[in-house]
This record gives sequence, structure tokens and C-alpha cells, in this order.
Amino acid sequence: MSNNNFSRRGVLKTGMVASAGLALPQYLRAQESGFTNAPGASEVILGFNVPQTGPYADEGADELRAYELAVEHLNGEGDGGMLGTFSSQALEGAGILGRRVNYVTGDTQTKSDAARASARSMIEKDGAIMITGGSSSGVAVAVQALCQEAGIIFMAGLTHSNDTTGKDKRANGFRHFFNSYMSGAALAPVLQAAYGSDRKAYHLTADYNWGYTTEEAVRTSTEAMGWETVNTVLTPLTQTDFSSYIAPVLNSGADVLVLNHYGGNMVNSLTNAVQFGLREAQANGKNFEIVVPLYSRLMARGAGSAVAGIFGSTNWHWSLQDAGSQAFVRSFGTKYGFPPSQAAHTCYVQTLLYADAVTRAGSFNPCAVDEALEDFEFDGLGNGPTLYRGEDHQCFKDVLVVKGKENPENEFDLLEIVEITPVAQVTYPADHPQFAGGALGTCNPGA
Amino acid sequence: MDQFILQILNGLDKGSAYALIALGLTLIFGTLGVVNFAHGALFMLGAFVAVTVSNLLTLSHKVVDETRTDFLGNPLQVDVPYLYDFFGQAAGDTIIDWAVPISILVAIPIMVAIGFAMERGLIKYFYKRPHADQILVTFGLAIVIQEIVKYFYGANPIPTPAPDAFVGSFDFGVVLGFDPNAIIYPYWRLVYFFFSVVVIGAVFAFLQFTTFGMVVRAGMADRETVGILGIDIDKRFTIMFGIAAAVAGLAGVMYAPINSPNYHMGMDFLVLSFVVVVVGGMGSLPGAVAAGFMLGILESFASMSAVIDLLPGINQIIIYLVAIIILLTRPRGLMGRKGVMEE
Repeated sequence: MSNNNFSRRGVLKTGMVASAGLALPQYLRAQESGFTNAPGASEVILGFNVPQTGPYADEGADELRAYELAVEHLNGEGDGGMLGTFSSQALEGAGILGRRVNYVTGDTQTKSDAARASARSMIEKDGAIMITGGSSSGVAVAVQALCQEAGIIFMAGLTHSNDTTGKDKRANGFRHFFNSYMSGAALAPVLQAAYGSDRKAYHLTADYNWGYTTEEAVRTSTEAMGWETVNTVLTPLTQTDFSSYIAPVLNSGADVLVLNHYGGNMVNSLTNAVQFGLREAQANGKNFEIVVPLYSRLMARGAGSAVAGIFGSTNWHWSLQDAGSQAFVRSFGTKYGFPPSQAAHTCYVQTLLYADAVTRAGSFNPCAVDEALEDFEFDGLGNGPTLYRGEDHQCFKDVLVVKGKENPENEFDLLEIVEITPVAQVTYPADHPQFAGGALGTCNPGA
Repeated sequence: MDQFILQILNGLDKGSAYALIALGLTLIFGTLGVVNFAHGALFMLGAFVAVTVSNLLTLSHKVVDETRTDFLGNPLQVDVPYLYDFFGQAAGDTIIDWAVPISILVAIPIMVAIGFAMERGLIKYFYKRPHADQILVTFGLAIVIQEIVKYFYGANPIPTPAPDAFVGSFDFGVVLGFDPNAIIYPYWRLVYFFFSVVVIGAVFAFLQFTTFGMVVRAGMADRETVGILGIDIDKRFTIMFGIAAAVAGLAGVMYAPINSPNYHMGMDFLVLSFVVVVVGGMGSLPGAVAAGFMLGILESFASMSAVIDLLPGINQIIIYLVAIIILLTRPRGLMGRKGVMEE
């Protein structure tokens, strides 16, 4: 016989009273401030939602390193990084609006439901005022929608699908990273110059949202300059061996293979394509070529020597010589011993941009931040003069076209910049067909 | 016709990996009666033996090159493998280049030892438990092994190239009278196919032509009677677990140059391999091998764009579709025997 004094009703009552007690200060503060998770006088909490497990865990780890560095710099520690090169000089290394910056982390697992759960936990339990991070468009779209409902600003991490600032855009969400359209627009002229206008392309496309938008962007841009698309084949996201998809390519009449793959898919499909001799093959009297629209240095490392000579695009690269990039590379490299990835860069920049917007607005209210970020023009953060367009919350800046190095000197020296495509060439109207559908809506302060 | 031959080659290559993993799974199930969901992890561990050997062979010391700078502008520290110091640069490069074949020799004892440890340390306690318990514990073990590998090697794939001698592709088209480039196939994938044929042949020969194999086969057929004859069948079955682990490990070692190893690669093969075992017939070694190659070939044909255009999505479901059809028509699988897993 049990002799404890607990009853089911007692436990429920105590739990409810305790929960209400814990939630009350936050509720009262929200009512007072008019927005969700208004920070106290001494501290503000940011939520870093990155893949800490799963296939993109290494990319997530690099994002987290960048966030930690950004927090250090915002709090006046370290060498200040890009704070010194940022055209807006609102940030002084004294936290955000006088509050020390602290952070909590969540694990997206690169799964939409897990990412939403971790973001929700950081918002509801930890009081995070802003959520940022991620390595996938599916996650970005899911978390962005959650933040819109919760009245929290979402500063997207690595997300390249057009939809993030297209049909799934939200007023509380902002993307610094470039997108599929920009990759196509930047790559096409370089491909034309390198391979000519009379080319026949065969697309292998990952069977999910990002794959579709990337294929459409590259296909549209290359067809506009005279290329013909001979075939497009969707490949399952879970595919590991692409040999049966690649083997028919050489006899398809194509002379270019476009791999609309990212992450492990890209590593495997590119490795398989090179194994099948496509790099040495001839078709239609020309050298057969391979294109990888979205490059990531971390992924390129997985493909090893297979990336040599293959064109792609990237948001940022550590070898850029502008003052902002140099400052960031110096800070990151000194702290961690290796250069940062493009994922690290965009996450660091997004944190600074958020802090700067709050400082300029003089408020943590998401609607004030929204207003401060919309149509904000800045420089000194590594991509040249940049505009955060108000109509869709997409950053417009130069895009890098890169090529796999033939003789890399080390594991970080895998890509070389072929061209810095000027922003004008990758800018599109907000109502462009590739971004059709959806509406930004109005900002939601929550509470 | 050329596409047909190409997809047959592809299917045989894919089927090689399925057959090797399914063979090990069937060996364990047929001998110990254990449904081992950690078998994919053994395949992955084999691939990481190749990664580890490659890393060990390239162990280096730093030499400062004052003429060059690193990304921070400091004098560049160049990695010089110890092998260069021991054997000279040319011989050192050759040894490093052959890291994967060298790994085969290293992988056999390591994988047998891992198999022993897994069987003696954990799985033997689940022999008399329901299959559901065995699946849960081995699946949990697979996740633990995955996370350990990820902790030490990271989540990104690690390129582990084949020796330079096997880089490139063979033009079957020219040999068979087709146009050049009509049927080209990578050398290493051909090596993988022949390697798997040799391993499968060796396992069958071991079971068929040795006294040890005869006792194991007798034990698989009637464990109790063999025990009554005074033979310690459990000990032999433990050795078979080690052999099955080694087969999976060798499959993984040789697969490393085909797709860069990552911590998740075992799971990618595990489900398919179980389907192969079920289609082949639980406990049937020839069934597992035949089903492995058959499903590999079917998967290759289903990935052709002409087939996908005709039946959209068929490439994603073909293996499961075939499995359903076979199990509906032959409930024990292609070569399953009455009484196996039917109690």
C-alpha cells in the first residue's frame, strides 16, 4: 500500500498554480510592452535554432560558432569583428539597447516539425525575442510561419529556395542569404562565356521544394541565353547512389549535367558523375560539363577532388578581400582555427543586422524592428552594398560565381571566385513569376 | 540496347552491396535467430575503417613554409605525412593511394572483433526474447554506433578515393560493338562487383566445404540435435556472427570510394537489405543473394527517365512493390523454407 500524500487532483492543482505563477511575469511584461517576450532591463535572449544532429550537423556547428562570435562582439568582447566595418555605426559593443546579449540554442535536426518544436520551446520557455538559424528551406519556411504566429522576428539562416521570400514570405521573417533565382541569374552568363550558347542541359533535381525552385531558376536563365533543356529527372531525397540516374545522361543528347542537389545528395551525385567519366567525356562534339548551382564549402569538402573545375554559386566566400569579410575571417579564424563557411557568415550577419535594427528603432518590438529592417541599405558586411527589400524581406547584394579548384592547397581552399556578379544582374521585381503567390502580410508583435 | 546493358551493370553493382549486407543479416538470423538491425551500422563501420586507415596513413607533422601564408596571413604550416619521412615521397604517396585496399586487411580482424564484442556483450542476452525486443535493442545499438562515429568524424561525408589505377571508366561500348561512350562503367564499381562475387563465393564455400561449415549448417537446420551430439553450437554461431560482421564491414570498406562515407550510410542500406532478406526468404543464403541482385537490377531500371515518365514515382517504390507482389504470391519469399520464423 502506498503511503505517499500525493493525489492526482493535488498534483494537477499544484502544477497549474506553478505554471501560472511562472508564466505570469512574462504575461504581465508582454501586456505592458505590447509584444511577446519583451526583455528585462539587464538581459536579452536570442534563440539560435540550428541543426545540431542529423546530416547538416557540421553546417549547424559552424552556424553556432558564428552566433557565439556575434554575441561576443555585441557584448563588447573579442576584437569586434564586423562591428567596425558595418556602415551603420549604431552598435557599440554594449549589448543591445544596454542589455547584455545571452542566447539559447535549439536543434532543428533539419526536420520541420523538430525545428518548430525547438523554436517554440525557445520562445515559450526561454523567452527568446528573436529566432535565427537553420540549414534548409523546409525548416526556414516552417519556423518563419511559427514566428509570425508567435510575434517573434525570424532571421533566416541558410535557406536558398525562392519560396522563403516568395510564396511563403512572412512579415516577421527576413532572409540575408541569396536564392535560387539569383543563382540562375548569376551563373547563366558565366556558363555562356565558358561553354557557349549552343548547349543541351540535363537536370537531376532533388525531389523537394528547394530542388524545384533551383531547377526552374537555372533552366529559365540558361534557356534565355540559348541553351536547350533535354530532360529533367527528379531524384528521391533519400537517394544515396545516383549511378542509375547518371548512367543514361551521356546518351541523352545532353552535353551539360546540372545537379540541383545540396548536401549529401550533391556530394554523392557529383562523385558518381565524375566516376562515370562525365568530366572527360565528349558529347555533341564538345566537352561534357557539370554544373552545381549551389555550392557550400562544407559540402564541397565531402566531394573532394570531384569539384575540380565545376561551376556553381555561393553567397559568400572567406577569400573575399573587402574589409568586412577580412574582419570576420580574422575574428572567426583566430577563435576557431579555420575560416568560416557561408552558413556561418550569413548567421553572423543576420545577428548583427537584427541587433542594429533594434538599436536604430530603439525598441525590441517586432514591428519596430520590421520597420527598421525594411528597405534598409547597408555595407561593410561582406557582400558589398546591400538592400533589405521591404516588399519581400529579401536581401539584394552581389552574388559569387565560384569554381572548384583544380589544385587546392588545403581542405578549406576548395573553391575559387570566378566572378562577383553585380547586384543589378540578380535583382528581380517582387512580383516575378518565380516568387508568385503568398503575401507578406503585416507584422505581428504577438502578446 | 546499350541502355539495357548499362542498367543491368548498374543493377549488379547496386545488388552487390544489397547482397553482401543481406548475406550477413541472413547468416545471423539463420544461425542465432536474431533480427539484427545493427547490421547496417557494421557496414558503416567498415567504411569508417577505410577512413581511419586513410587518416592514419596521412598522419603528418607540421613544417612551416615561410614563402606562403595561411588564410590569416601567418606563415603557412604544411602537413608532411610521416610516411614521407619513412619511405620517401613517391613510396609514401603510393601507400596513401592504396589506403582502401590496405583497409581490407585491417578491416577483417577489426570487424570480426566488433562482431564478437557485439554478440557476447549484448545480443546473446536477447536470444530467448521476442523478435520485437531484438529489433529494439539492435536498432538502439545502431543509433549509438552512429552517434559515436559522428562524434569522432563529424556529420559531413569524408572523401575516401580509390587508388589512381582504378579511377576512370571502362568503355564496354567499344568492346561490344556500340558507339564509344555508349556503355561506360567506372572501374571501381566493376571491382566492387567482382569483389562481392568473391566474398559471397568464399562464404558459401566455407559453409559448404569445411567441417566447421557443415556443423553450422546442421545447427541451422536442427540446433537441438546438434547440441545433443555434444557440439558446442553456440560457440560456432558466435564465430558466424563475427564472420557476418566481417562481410558487412568488407562491403563497407569497398563502398567507401563509391560514395563518401558518412555516419548515416548504414541506415540508408538497412531497410532495403531487410526487404532483400524477406524477399529472398528468411534464413535462405542463396535467396538473400539472388534477391539482392534482382532488386538492385529492378531499382536501376525503375530509375530510367523513360520508365519514370511512364510511371511517375516508380523509382521510389519499386523495391517495396516487388516485395509486396512476391510475398503475396510466395509468402516465404523466393527461397524461404517452411518453419523458419513461423513458430
